[in-house]
Amino acid sequence: MTTFGALVRRDIALATRRGGDAALTLVFFVVAVAVFPFGVGPDPDLLARIAAGIIWVTALLASMTSLERLYRGDLEDGSLEIMALSTQPVEFQVAAKCLAHWLTSGLPVVVLSPLMAMLLNLDVAAWWILVVSLAIGTPILCLVGSIGAALVLGARKSGALIGLIVLPLQVPVMIFGIGAVEAVLRGSPVLPPLLIEAALLIAGTPLALWASAVALRMAIE
Amino acid sequence: MSGFLDMGGHAATVWPAYGVTIALLVALVVVSLVSSRRRHRNLERLERELHGEGNP
Amino acid sequence: MTPSFHRLANPARFQKFARRALPWSWAVAVLAIGSGFVWGLALSPADYQQGDTVRVMYVHVPAAWMAMACYGLMALLSAFFLVWKHQLAGIAALAAAPVGACFTAIALITGSLWGKPTWGTWWVWDARLTSVLVLFFLYLGYLALAGAFDDRSRGLRAASLLALVGIINLPIIKFSVDWWNTLHQPASILRAGGPSIHASMLWPLMITALGFAAFLVAILLVRIRSELALWRTEALMRRHTRGAP
Repeated sequence: MTTFGALVRRDIALATRRGGDAALTLVFFVVAVAVFPFGVGPDPDLLARIAAGIIWVTALLASMTSLERLYRGDLEDGSLEIMALSTQPVEFQVAAKCLAHWLTSGLPVVVLSPLMAMLLNLDVAAWWILVVSLAIGTPILCLVGSIGAALVLGARKSGALIGLIVLPLQVPVMIFGIGAVEAVLRGSPVLPPLLIEAALLIAGTPLALWASAVALRMAIE
Repeated sequence: MSGFLDMGGHAATVWPAYGVTIALLVALVVVSLVSSRRRHRNLERLERELHGEGNP
Repeated sequence: MTPSFHRLANPARFQKFARRALPWSWAVAVLAIGSGFVWGLALSPADYQQGDTVRVMYVHVPAAWMAMACYGLMALLSAFFLVWKHQLAGIAALAAAPVGACFTAIALITGSLWGKPTWGTWWVWDARLTSVLVLFFLYLGYLALAGAFDDRSRGLRAASLLALVGIINLPIIKFSVDWWNTLHQPASILRAGGPSIHASMLWPLMITALGFAAFLVAILLVRIRSELALWRTEALMRRHTRGAP
């Protein structure tokens, strides 16, 4: 367990140092949400209706911004090969990397989402559900993103390629996350979409860890 | 005959649908055949060259 | 299935099989697609509700079937490639992807053309059209990933894994899109379960589907042979440059 902790701590340190990804991801999230009213107009009712969609889609795009660098540094400095040679399964180390990535890119978005909900005039009753849906959903974004990041290692062009690979796979999480918030606004039961989201997280975690590990082994073969 | 071409007023729906289908399928066949022929020609040329060098 | 597949996994045997099967599959494809189209366009009756627009169904529905079947085939072949290291299986999956993408594009375009008189707009975020659109993106992702590496076999391995991840995701995507669609139910969708199909409509549909399937086999054989030639050329060149002083 100590190696797991060490790996998580190392990645968090890398992401939060000056010029690291964590702050940039967060700023991107805030600015990108704030740009939407300029696109669709300042009508508070319209913004309230589409707030959950805006925040979720932006969270999705924000999670994409740092994915390209999730494993690239490890491939270049050779730590990926050390990971593959270690006695611990690669899946275990993927889990550590994903946890660190979520703590530095997903969690800040979750924490800041009520502020963005306020800017977009979302009904206060739905704020908590938005936070919960993002808290369950952003780890899935990291895990699925990890598959994409591992698959493109060594590719000639990787930035837009990750998006093309990962975005269609993340449609279901987003649908149920936004669905939960809209259920509050409509007054229908909130629990079903949230439970489906949680089920996706529980079932998806082992699959994503396995697929990322297989892709990483391919990258160093 | 003109009734058939007119498709009950839906000529603009029915004919393009069949046209696009045929065009895309034919394009796929042409592209596949052309590149297949080129690749096989390249392979034959290379095999001939390598064979020629192997047994002078 | 497995023994015959293992025999086909040998490229020489595959070439023999392809040479024998190609003329037949082309013949069936041309005959069945031709007669299915004539039947669908001229001989089958117009629908009492949708009029002549229903004739789009005879290309749209079989194309959508092929689009899905082709992805399933691609994922199956990718699994054979990754698990049993049959390179021919991976190459066959790679050859199938553009064909599947082509059928998906046909399904999308004809669906959109059909949508204009049915819904009044070219595009409606209807559950089925949306699922097919996501399927199209999955094909694009596979093809982009396979082509993104200097080392062709590295690209093929990555793309094969993506095909497996995609096939696990497809039912989830389908489920979520259906759920999302009932949430935002548009006023009325005419063909919620497809138009009720009469026997006079079933025949042209099935014959076109048979033709598309034969076309799929024929074009796959052509493309696999094409890929085999390319891979063999590159292997020879690699061996030659390595062997040279």
